[in-house]
Amino acid sequence: MNKNHRVPSNRTLGAVEVKSKFGAEFRRFSLDRSKPGRFDEFYRLLQHMHRIPNVDLLVGYADVHGDLLPINNDDNYRKAISVADPVLRLFLQRKEEADYSAFGLDTLTRPKKTVLAAMLLRPDANRKKPLVIISLPRDFRPVSSIIDVDILPETHRRVRLYKHGQEKPLGFYIRDGSSVRVTPQGLEKVPGIFISRMVPGGLAESTGLLAVNDEVLEVNGIEVQGKSLDQVTDMMIANSHNLIVTVKPANQRNNIVRSGGAASGSSGHSSDSGTSFYGYSSPGIALATTPADIIQNFHPEELESDEDDEDLVMEVDGEAMPIPRTSSASCTIPFIPRYMPHLDLRTTNGALASHNRSGSLRTLSTADSGLEGRSLEEEGTVITL
Amino acid sequence: MMKFRFRRQGNDPQREKIKQELFAFNKTVEHGFPHQPCALAFDPQLQLMAVGTKSGAMKIYGSPGVEFTGLHRDAAAVAQIHFLQGQGRLLSLLDDNTLHLWELGGASRDRGGAKSEGVVYLEEKRNYSLLGRPGLESCSASRVTVLLLLRSCDLLCVGTEGGGIHFLDLPRLSLRDNQSLLLDQVMQSVPEDYRCGKSLGPVESLQEHPKQPGKILIGYSRGLVVLWDLSTCNAEHMFLGKQQLESLVWERSGSSFVSSHSDGGYSVWAVASGNTYTHQPVSSSIPYGPFPCKAINKILWRTIQSGCPVVLYSGGMPRASYGDRHCVTIQQDKQHVTLDFTSRVIDFFTVHTTDLEHDYDDPKALVVLLEEELVVIDLLTTGWPSVPPPYLAPLHSSAITTSCHLDNVPAKLWDRLAAAGNSQGAQPGVRHAHGSWPICGGKNLAPPPRQQELLLTGHEDGTVRFWNVSAVAMTPLYKLSTANVFHTDCDPNDDPLDPTNDPEALQEEEWPPFRKVGCFDPYSDDPRLGIQKISLCKYSCRLVVAGTAGQVIVLGLSDEWSDHTVDVSTVDLLQDREGFTWKGHDRLEPRASPAPFPPGFQPLVLVQALPPASVTSVMLHAEWNLVAFGTSHGFGLFDYHRRTAVLARCTLHPNDSLAMEGPLSRVKSLKKSLRQSFRRIRKSRVSGKKRPIPTPTSKIQEANAALADQEEVAPVQRRIEPRSADDSLSGVVRCLCFADTYLRDGTHHGPTLWAGTNSGSVYAYALEVPGVGSGRGRPGGEGSGCVEAVLGKEIQLMHRAPVVSVCVLDGRGKPLPEPYQASLDLATAPDMTNPHSVLIASEEQLKVFSLPKVGAKTKFKLTAHEGCRVRRVAMVTVCSTAQEDYSETSLVCLTNLGDLHLFNVPALRPQVRYDCIRKEDISGIASCVFTRNGQGFYLISPSEYQRFSLSAKVITEPLCTVELERPLETHISDDAAIPLRANGTHRNQAEGLTEDPQCGLSSPPPLSPLDSPLSMADVSLDTTGELTVEDVRDFLTSVDEVENNLRNITEEDGCSLGVLIT
Repeated sequence: MNKNHRVPSNRTLGAVEVKSKFGAEFRRFSLDRSKPGRFDEFYRLLQHMHRIPNVDLLVGYADVHGDLLPINNDDNYRKAISVADPVLRLFLQRKEEADYSAFGLDTLTRPKKTVLAAMLLRPDANRKKPLVIISLPRDFRPVSSIIDVDILPETHRRVRLYKHGQEKPLGFYIRDGSSVRVTPQGLEKVPGIFISRMVPGGLAESTGLLAVNDEVLEVNGIEVQGKSLDQVTDMMIANSHNLIVTVKPANQRNNIVRSGGAASGSSGHSSDSGTSFYGYSSPGIALATTPADIIQNFHPEELESDEDDEDLVMEVDGEAMPIPRTSSASCTIPFIPRYMPHLDLRTTNGALASHNRSGSLRTLSTADSGLEGRSLEEEGTVITL
Repeated sequence: MMKFRFRRQGNDPQREKIKQELFAFNKTVEHGFPHQPCALAFDPQLQLMAVGTKSGAMKIYGSPGVEFTGLHRDAAAVAQIHFLQGQGRLLSLLDDNTLHLWELGGASRDRGGAKSEGVVYLEEKRNYSLLGRPGLESCSASRVTVLLLLRSCDLLCVGTEGGGIHFLDLPRLSLRDNQSLLLDQVMQSVPEDYRCGKSLGPVESLQEHPKQPGKILIGYSRGLVVLWDLSTCNAEHMFLGKQQLESLVWERSGSSFVSSHSDGGYSVWAVASGNTYTHQPVSSSIPYGPFPCKAINKILWRTIQSGCPVVLYSGGMPRASYGDRHCVTIQQDKQHVTLDFTSRVIDFFTVHTTDLEHDYDDPKALVVLLEEELVVIDLLTTGWPSVPPPYLAPLHSSAITTSCHLDNVPAKLWDRLAAAGNSQGAQPGVRHAHGSWPICGGKNLAPPPRQQELLLTGHEDGTVRFWNVSAVAMTPLYKLSTANVFHTDCDPNDDPLDPTNDPEALQEEEWPPFRKVGCFDPYSDDPRLGIQKISLCKYSCRLVVAGTAGQVIVLGLSDEWSDHTVDVSTVDLLQDREGFTWKGHDRLEPRASPAPFPPGFQPLVLVQALPPASVTSVMLHAEWNLVAFGTSHGFGLFDYHRRTAVLARCTLHPNDSLAMEGPLSRVKSLKKSLRQSFRRIRKSRVSGKKRPIPTPTSKIQEANAALADQEEVAPVQRRIEPRSADDSLSGVVRCLCFADTYLRDGTHHGPTLWAGTNSGSVYAYALEVPGVGSGRGRPGGEGSGCVEAVLGKEIQLMHRAPVVSVCVLDGRGKPLPEPYQASLDLATAPDMTNPHSVLIASEEQLKVFSLPKVGAKTKFKLTAHEGCRVRRVAMVTVCSTAQEDYSETSLVCLTNLGDLHLFNVPALRPQVRYDCIRKEDISGIASCVFTRNGQGFYLISPSEYQRFSLSAKVITEPLCTVELERPLETHISDDAAIPLRANGTHRNQAEGLTEDPQCGLSSPPPLSPLDSPLSMADVSLDTTGELTVEDVRDFLTSVDEVENNLRNITEEDGCSLGVLIT
């Protein structure tokens, strides 16, 4: 409220008024708009002002739209200074208890226009623009999602696990078992595949979307009925970079109950049936065995663009290197967090190439491939397919 | 997108028609020696021989090329086979005490418009279960011990364990009621003092009087022999033998007979008329006495016009010193030979005159069926040499470790190989007899082979055998031994000149006069000698064989003996990699002194890979004088012309510790775990193979039992985790490939080398071969300088699955021709104007990349779609049956489920899919080899190759006819109507359950029985050299699957029953 009464008249234009909040405490100070300095200086200043020299902080500010945006590098620091009008309102959090979810969301009472936030936080939403990376990418990588909620029966759940080469294991086991189906002849026991175990700390467990004794119905759009445990294992491993499993959860109490009428295709997917799209098995049979209520709507391109397309080719030009001695040394390099244009798996080569040029991505391909780093300094030696 | 493709293809009738003209799946013929034979019979009239096996298969052989098979419905061992002479019928007795009557049937098959006459097969006409009491079989008095078919072929006498003899009318196979001859009847005529209150024992032998039809000689186990008149039902003569009887045989005139006994002796008895009782034989002897001897199981007595009769018998060896030998003795007057075999004697017969007009037997040949091979002895030639059989070759004389097929073998190479093979055959004891093959029934109608085909098998003992597989009969052509390149601890037994091997020299000193016969020798001197990979250039006659201890031997063909030392070159594949110590076996010590090498392939250079791990892939390019080889540590390139190593590349991953252990320790543990799983199978089989008695109560009980079982067993789990870079054995080089293509830019092509590893890496090297390549001089010039290799590309497949094959395609999408084919104008030159591409097949997917950019063009993700993994791939060219000149090049792919998928190239669209091998049969899948014209071979047992064909046009199958007294019934039938014909190949019940729903791509698979005769418990790992860890993992898991499937079956039975009740 008092903001409305504040008149920026007698302030010099070169100064930025800063109101910094840490817990219940406020500090006020000002900065020179023309010479904001570097982020780390600013960070130390904040620690000093709040007298919390040894506390790791997460710095956020409220932008003009009321969105909470992070300040963690020189770029967004300068941006924050430049948009401060006239007060720069800072919100400090201890890093260990930081609520990341607050960022980018409309937490600061502004109901409209989150466009800027979206633009800044999802750099690939408009891939033509040069991107400003404003946050640690790993904070924003999806690891799993429930998809096709709108078209699946409530008793089924389609889960997508993203395994971008990270070190966390997928972390689940499957087994044979039998489930009961209702058929015109009455109840029938049919063999099925079930999740038998979760690895603690694994991706599958951490998502909470899969559980022991869930029945596996499909793997990346292919029905598992009639397939052996080993076939299903192989299929899952072959799709492990982008695994989509449709399960019938053992615990049906957590199902999403949808009110009345079928939700519209909010996912924007066309709903053509992809049942026989993989139709190496004859379409007729596949249709006959498909439970009528499961409709698949994967986009072919989406599945086709999964990571295994990115076989890595290294061109080695120049001198004969019959026996590279150090070739596998890089395999032991600890994993480097890397940025992946993962949010849209339809990323084209062009986009990737442009990232490549931006420089910050050079290391990620190395890690991605696990291949020798020896020729990676050369310009354009790494291409993905 | 892909949906479209499939749909369109599936619905295009034009394409469907073409596919039908191109592809058809047939299991055509079985090469090699039947696994576990257990019965033998011969029809002297038709000159046909029958062999029965433990799995219930019956295989009939006549002259080479004439063969047909039958398969009993139950997988019980064939105990006896008897021909109804001249009728083309035969009787079999199974060990479940059932009798089966078989008949030869003819069929003409309509195949691709062209009728092929002469498909002869065996058909079961009738069967009879004696007294119908199978439940009591083993100890029951009704168990059949011997059968006698009267010469008139209308009466069958059945001797039993209880001593009774029953009579069955033929061919109706019906019991003559109340005519059975029971012990009591015989006992009445036996003198009181012989009876002693003891039983006469089982009937041991039944023999019909050679001159007087209607009289049979009955021998009881206790020693009593009765000459029985069937017409008067009266004992005409009694021979009161005291020694336990083993067998009987008539002398041709009927004036005497010979009995053999359990004490190792035989007796000659005179049949004098008038006398009812004979107490003593005319003569009696124990040939290998005086110390206790083993029984003479069977004896034959053959008269000869020109001299003394020939006595042939098996067994009878002195128990203490030679009791473990497998022997057949041939004795004639002073001549005495003890044939010493390496495996058990199953049965034997002589080929002799059966004409009644003739007064003498005059045996021509002795045919001995052993457990592992067939040996034929020429009895007409002095010295009784053995005759090499034209079929039933013992493939497994040493376990097969690898194989390799070559088609269109040039006549030059063929003749030289044959000559070298003949000179090998000229060794003493194996000499070629002058007499031709004695079993010559039937007529081979198959057209002469269009081309000469070679199958090379590598063996555990370091030999490579060259087989002629151009036609139905697979015959040995030449045998190469690599053991003499090395200095081994054992005596170089393989050396054909070794005088100690000469049986004639041994004969002087030793009693009994043993003679080693046959070639089955499963014992390897040194497991490191085992052959792992073979590559042969048929134009330049260069051969490369690579073995278990990292040895790579380059050989050249020579027609003369040669005495030379072999150059040795070592290639260190580890290079300076730190931190690795090889813990496996040592390398083989090369022989220091010059060794004599017989005509044939003679070693030129020995390249030793270090560490001496087993060679996992080898490729020869004779035109460039290069050989590439890979092990679990890396790969090397060797120029054998200049004798220099060109390249050594380590593919090891630093975390890979297993690669350093060497294969032997692993094999042991694999074997152990396999053994355990076999035990599990056996257990499950015992419980699962209950005789189905069709009563509802038992069914329910079974279902309940199965349910109870299920609850006990802890479920099998599989971990879902992507392959990581540090999976074990990631550095194993799985495939190598030479190609003249565009690697570095699109304008200059040149020699390249490609290598694929277990972890999905592909390395491509550009080679500088002096005299080869664009803008250089003609090949063959004494170019200066060395071959150079420059790394051009490295490809890492993201899914990291093992690379199974790399193949470069030319501008038209066809595979590049073999070395020399283009330069000798033997194949159409590759299209070098349009861009090339490379097809990389991994275990999970097939992918075509453009060259030189290596951009993905097409792919098929087999594992992601089907859940199966690629085991073997090959490029095959399949000709159309309709248009003479139309052919398509396809990629054939055998998966770990044992099915075959065909894809067109380079579009990689699936064409057809066939079930081929049972997925449990890992050694079958691992042994599969394809020919270029769309055929293939795989091992169905350690000793047999199943040949199959994917091509509708090229089919190598027996086509023959047999002249019978009755007309051969001829059906016009399609393939499916022909009864089970493969060797012991029963369709696995569990199979139909999981396989059928997905086999519908286009043409449905024919109703071909799935192999194989192996009861799985008998698989020996030794038979295949190419088992990978995954194979075993596959296998172990599939074992569990079998159990599960079995359970499911029984469960389903239970369920459907439940439905019936409700």
